[in-house]
Amino acid sequence: MPAESKIKEKIITFINDNFIKETGIAIKDDTSFLDEGIIDSTGVLELVAYIEITFEIKIEDEEIIPDNLDSVKKLINFVRAKLENKSQLSA
Amino acid sequence: MLLNEFLENSAYSNADKVALVYEGKRLTFSEINNAASAMGDALILEGFQKQDRAIVYLDNPVESVISLFGILKAGGIFVIINPQVKVKKLAYIISDCQAKVLITDSNHTKQISELLSEITSLKYIISTDEGKNKELITKIRLIDFKEITCRKTSNCRKARCIDIDLASLIYTSGSSGTPKGVMLNHHNMVSAAESITQYLENTQSDIIFSTLPLSFDYGLYQVLMAFKFGGTVVLEKGFIFPEQILRTIVKEKVTGWPIVPTIAAMLCRQNNLSQHDFSRLRYITSTGQVLPTNHIARLREAFPGAKIYSMYGLTECKRVSYLHPDQIEKRPGSVGKAMPNTEVYIVDDAENEMTEAGKPGELVVRGSNVMQGYWNLPEATARVLRPGRYPGEKVLYTGDLFKKDEEGYLYFLGRKDDIIKTSGYMVSPKELENVLCEINDIIEAAVIGVEDDILGQAIKAFVHLTDSSKLNEKEIINYCHKHLEDYAVPKYISFCGPLPRSDSGKIYKRDLR
Repeated sequence: MPAESKIKEKIITFINDNFIKETGIAIKDDTSFLDEGIIDSTGVLELVAYIEITFEIKIEDEEIIPDNLDSVKKLINFVRAKLENKSQLSA
Repeated sequence: MLLNEFLENSAYSNADKVALVYEGKRLTFSEINNAASAMGDALILEGFQKQDRAIVYLDNPVESVISLFGILKAGGIFVIINPQVKVKKLAYIISDCQAKVLITDSNHTKQISELLSEITSLKYIISTDEGKNKELITKIRLIDFKEITCRKTSNCRKARCIDIDLASLIYTSGSSGTPKGVMLNHHNMVSAAESITQYLENTQSDIIFSTLPLSFDYGLYQVLMAFKFGGTVVLEKGFIFPEQILRTIVKEKVTGWPIVPTIAAMLCRQNNLSQHDFSRLRYITSTGQVLPTNHIARLREAFPGAKIYSMYGLTECKRVSYLHPDQIEKRPGSVGKAMPNTEVYIVDDAENEMTEAGKPGELVVRGSNVMQGYWNLPEATARVLRPGRYPGEKVLYTGDLFKKDEEGYLYFLGRKDDIIKTSGYMVSPKELENVLCEINDIIEAAVIGVEDDILGQAIKAFVHLTDSSKLNEKEIINYCHKHLEDYAVPKYISFCGPLPRSDSGKIYKRDLR
């Protein structure tokens, strides 16, 4: 399982490359994508697709909710939990 | 009847009923009416005159709703601007309609402070969070929204409107690249709301759920109509997390859900629709573009108890037609027939009416919902409001090409101009091309709409760069984000050489497709 720092780095790079509109804006770990207008509806689909491919996990429809995806911190926790779950299942 | 009477009548007969739900807040008709009355009085005390314009530029829809009714009660004309609109366009709109008041929040204060020197018409700003970023507004008086909406109703002079007074200006994309203010009087808006609520068979027990912005007439009318029939409207900030939206629909026992085809496309990707109990949902409406047949089938399967209304309209008259739900399987590509109290016909280029089925022509609309014209644009108005069949009347030339079948059902074929319809919004290629050409390294640019499963049409920009340019796609997109609403930012950028042009210099967009 990748280290937390590696997960964070990948997520932040993806968010910066795809959603941050003004250069020089640093996104905080607990910035809400929804409140700040960072991600729109198609952006969520792109984010989910990226996470599924990069971390080789399957995200169910009912998991696509703000509690899991609406900040860098929430995303890291969610991805970690999914990866842990996956490694337990395959162990 | 006046538009503000929708709220006033419901506040009289259903004072304590919940009218508006947003982010856990539940406001009754009387709470909204009292706040709006207080605001109306405050505006008048501050020198607001009948038919003055006031801009509503807010993220929060509850404050927007209170504001628009407050403005109407003061006899004014409300102008709701999408909070995504950037400062340059906002300045243009404020100057164009010579707005006296701007109602906004601290999220936009910084942007606004930069343009205050350019705008002379504004007399004061009403801020919904006065304390924050207050120091940025120095040249103009700042009034606290919370303070004025909590005041006791005063005995100040009331504005007396009649139904031919204007109620709203709704700014829409024009093919010229600058937005045009669609002038709607009280009678236009009340008529449209009456016709729509009639065919949707709305009653007081309806609970409407909407993720559509109030700057979009389709979103605005969800609130206006719910207030008219004394129902409840549940608002959510955008269709971002489908699962959360679906849970809200179940939890709030929603009966009516207005969507655009982009939302339908996203819903059709959900695998777990059948796990929710949507038994309360009575209808789904869709407009903006025609729903693809496979999406209609999927919606019918996922929401078996809901009637699906496919509709067509344009800001200039709000709504034109709807397809009766019992026809949707038989004619999925049709947007139906004229709604109650509206008539339509199709004309050829010489403005002759064509009755033959299958012949394409421009759709013409007559009805009391048709706008009064474009603000300050008599020539543009004369192009679309032309003499009709009967002496003295003006009818609306929609600029949309249609055909009808043997039984008179309408089918949308495309625009006469090159306006792009994306995600339910109208986007002017000219406006986008102007923004792109502001970038130093871009010699010329052309923008077209291309087919897209989710958006209906996605925006594609062709740019011709200077030879030495190192400009990349992300830099161009970032620039567009700074100057355009998110939905107007191109999805694709294609780098190319000189654009194909006719002898007269016009870009051959057909060759780019």
